Amino acid sequence: MSLMLTAEEQAVASGTDGAAVAMRLVAESARLLGAPRLLPIASAHIDGALYHGDSGTLFAERLVNGGAKASVRATLNVGALDLTGSCRVRLADHPREMARRMMRAYRALGCEPSWTCAPYQAGHRPTFGTDVAWGESNAVVFCNSVLGARTNRYGDFLDIACAVTGRAPDTGLHRPENRRATLVFDVSALPRRFLESDVAWPILGSLYGRTVGDAVGVVMGIAAHPGEDALKAFGAAAASSGAVGLFHIVGVTPEAPNLSSVLADGPVESVTVDTALIRSAQAALSTAQAGDQLDAVAIGSPHLSLDECRSLLRLLDGRKVRVPFYACTGRHVVAELERLGLHQDLQSAGITLVVDTCVVVTPIMDTLPSGVLMTNSGKFAHYAPGNTGYSVLYAALADCIESAVVGRPVYGSLPA
Amino acid sequence: MSSQAKVLVPGQAGCGPALVFEAPISFWGGIDPATGRVSDVRHPQCGECISGKVIFLPGTIGSSSASAVLLELVHAGHAPAAVVLDAPDAILLLGLLVAREMGWPTPVAVQMAAAEQPAFASRIVTVAADGRISAR
Repeated sequence: MSLMLTAEEQAVASGTDGAAVAMRLVAESARLLGAPRLLPIASAHIDGALYHGDSGTLFAERLVNGGAKASVRATLNVGALDLTGSCRVRLADHPREMARRMMRAYRALGCEPSWTCAPYQAGHRPTFGTDVAWGESNAVVFCNSVLGARTNRYGDFLDIACAVTGRAPDTGLHRPENRRATLVFDVSALPRRFLESDVAWPILGSLYGRTVGDAVGVVMGIAAHPGEDALKAFGAAAASSGAVGLFHIVGVTPEAPNLSSVLADGPVESVTVDTALIRSAQAALSTAQAGDQLDAVAIGSPHLSLDECRSLLRLLDGRKVRVPFYACTGRHVVAELERLGLHQDLQSAGITLVVDTCVVVTPIMDTLPSGVLMTNSGKFAHYAPGNTGYSVLYAALADCIESAVVGRPVYGSLPA
Repeated sequence: MSSQAKVLVPGQAGCGPALVFEAPISFWGGIDPATGRVSDVRHPQCGECISGKVIFLPGTIGSSSASAVLLELVHAGHAPAAVVLDAPDAILLLGLLVAREMGWPTPVAVQMAAAEQPAFASRIVTVAADGRISAR
């Protein structure tokens, strides 16, 4: 089936301005993907404003100079700089200037300066069943799975092209028949004590992602809604270890009121998760040998919610940290922290708030060739070794905080 | 030997040593955008450089920033001479589509099944603008 454009789409694509560039990119991508048509989208979340090199900045400025504007609501994912000045980013002069120009260009395209990988907790929540074009793997998986809006994984350049045109290729997870599960991930044999612990969801997500790859799966055996922050952690870990774009949880996520309604026609694979699988998934999240070395702690991938910041303060209980402690969040949360007088409490405890960006996408942490980083984030655990050079110890939030306070790794009981 | 491949993204004909990947690669985190060197320590082609080579990819995996890495290689003059893909990867090829829109010269990208790719290893390969692949 070949791609059919409407007369209006063809007219836009035949121009020479920024909107024409965007329409041609969407149409060519649709052709490569085998989509029969473009469909209208309600919003976009743009991952493309993170600096990877000068070419991306020049492309964004080409769109700006061509008069392009986002035609739908478009929020921005993290950039390479903390524009609030909350933390110091160690970029050299040239990449710093190009990163700044890139962030400025995306603002000029009419995108909102949300600068967060958790836009769904910053007021951008598309309604159930609407088509959108989102980038950033954790945001994509949350948008599809928890909100029930429909998006594929839109990469750099295509995300902004969709936002400008208000169109996306009609393929993949936009089509209801591709949203049904072909794999059942049964966790009903796991101890309730584990499922209720705060380490459960990143570990389950990491195992789930590795198990399903790019298939759509459904989790069964969860008794009660675990809360949005748990689903956020699950999706982020799953999208790091696999190419997950959509998951379902029976009785929890909106497209899975029961098992039968979400299963695909045809063969369905089934995986029973036991404690041994959980233990090996948990062990795989750490790359450092457990010892006395601890050089930094990082939390907030995806960006911390206000609730997660409150948990941090509650567990700190007025104490100060003795190793660098990075808490990554968005300016939407910082504004709330300031309003509630909690921002000062975090600073007094020695916490470095990383805003608009995060520690695995831009140089913030000290360069330490054999540094050891502790984190409670499945996504940080996955990307920190490659992107920062630190090896990782995965731990519960409470253990991250106790370790930071005493200055060496300490573990409470990790239930598994 | 020669073979006719389907053109995925039109571009300049290219000639260079073949670099046949023995495993799928993620461009983001797997190829250094500043040099074109394969940086994924777990990949069999780690240490090889894709600049100026005709690259044969049996598959692509991973991040949606692959397009940004390929665009950066094209812009900085480190692009491969031609790209041969088992299947059209819209994310990777978007890097070439954007480069074309920017008016930067881009290598041609064509489609050839992974099973046919190893025959070109260690040959000097030419990929014509119409998709014909020949080796000597």
